[in-house]
Amino acid sequence: MILCLTLILFAQLCGEALAHATGLPVPGPLIGMALLLLFLILRDRAPRLGPRLLALPLIDGRLEGTGKGLLANLSLMFVPAGAGIVGRLDVLAAQGVALGAIVLISTVATLAATAVTFVAVSYALAKPKAHP
Amino acid sequence: MTPDFAVWVYLSRTPLLWLTVTLLAYVVADRIAQATNRHPLANPVLIAIALTATVLETTGTPYATYFDGAQFVHFLLGPATVALAIPLYEYRATVLRSLAPMAAALIVGSVVALGSALLLGQAFGIPREVIISLAPKSVTTGVAMGIAQTLGGDPTLAAVIVMLTGMTGGILVTPLMNVLRIRDMRARGFAAGLAAHGVGTARAFQVNEVAGAFAGIALGLNAFLTAILAPIALTFLR
Repeated sequence: MILCLTLILFAQLCGEALAHATGLPVPGPLIGMALLLLFLILRDRAPRLGPRLLALPLIDGRLEGTGKGLLANLSLMFVPAGAGIVGRLDVLAAQGVALGAIVLISTVATLAATAVTFVAVSYALAKPKAHP
Repeated sequence: MTPDFAVWVYLSRTPLLWLTVTLLAYVVADRIAQATNRHPLANPVLIAIALTATVLETTGTPYATYFDGAQFVHFLLGPATVALAIPLYEYRATVLRSLAPMAAALIVGSVVALGSALLLGQAFGIPREVIISLAPKSVTTGVAMGIAQTLGGDPTLAAVIVMLTGMTGGILVTPLMNVLRIRDMRARGFAAGLAAHGVGTARAFQVNEVAGAFAGIALGLNAFLTAILAPIALTFLR
């Protein structure tokens, strides 16, 4: 498990370094995610080379288990930041109810527009194949 | 000083107490969510934050003291974001088959998120500086604060609005998708991640792993696109 966590942290570290070095408007952990994805692709591209070069926990599914364990508790990780926001609700109150209403309307509109577009395009592309 | 009070004074200064309080609040919140069969309104993030904030308020604990302990949990956000690569890789076949719907949904969703915030902000007569802080509300906190700061907004206000948006999206996504009769887990997850960043993604992972994988992709892509689109969109703001 420590080895798997080390790989994940290493990917994040490389991501942070790349983000700072290039000045990209993407946070380090997201670049780290791309790097880990690259690692997984390369690992499975060379199934014979893998066991020789890499330690067993990175191949036998333990890496996947560690990652999914983290993701299953993603909700927990927003609690510290969220508790800090409660103390800063005054900046929100200064703008009155309007701001709350905008957030509500805009979020609903974004959710609906995104999902409807996804389904519509997916349906439009699938249709010709259904009726050849 | 009474002995009880001395123990409290000692414990309240160690990271252990506030780390334990954070985990305990989450365990209780998760139990409540389970008891309601993961009802969208019983959002574990929201309940855990409310519980923690209540404890901080009643004990008069400054946030800095609390964060000394809670930072260990907060830190895990980074590794968890990296770990999004794992479900993404696992469902790569589904993801590769969905590139066109994803691209279309990304562009439409990102433009609606930005555009609706700007238009509504102007319609409600919100000051320009606040509208700038409102614009990046659907992207992950770090990126949103960066965008707000660069464009002349208030990063703290941006962070508060981002969290509020995440909560709103995380709670509303399931009922809204049911009303729209969208059953495609790819679309539901993608919408949750795009509109409500990590909090929406956390909700998606509770519902379905495919939804979670697509939420993670949307979160990453929208952070990138919003960082590019926000400065352009704001030039239309008078």
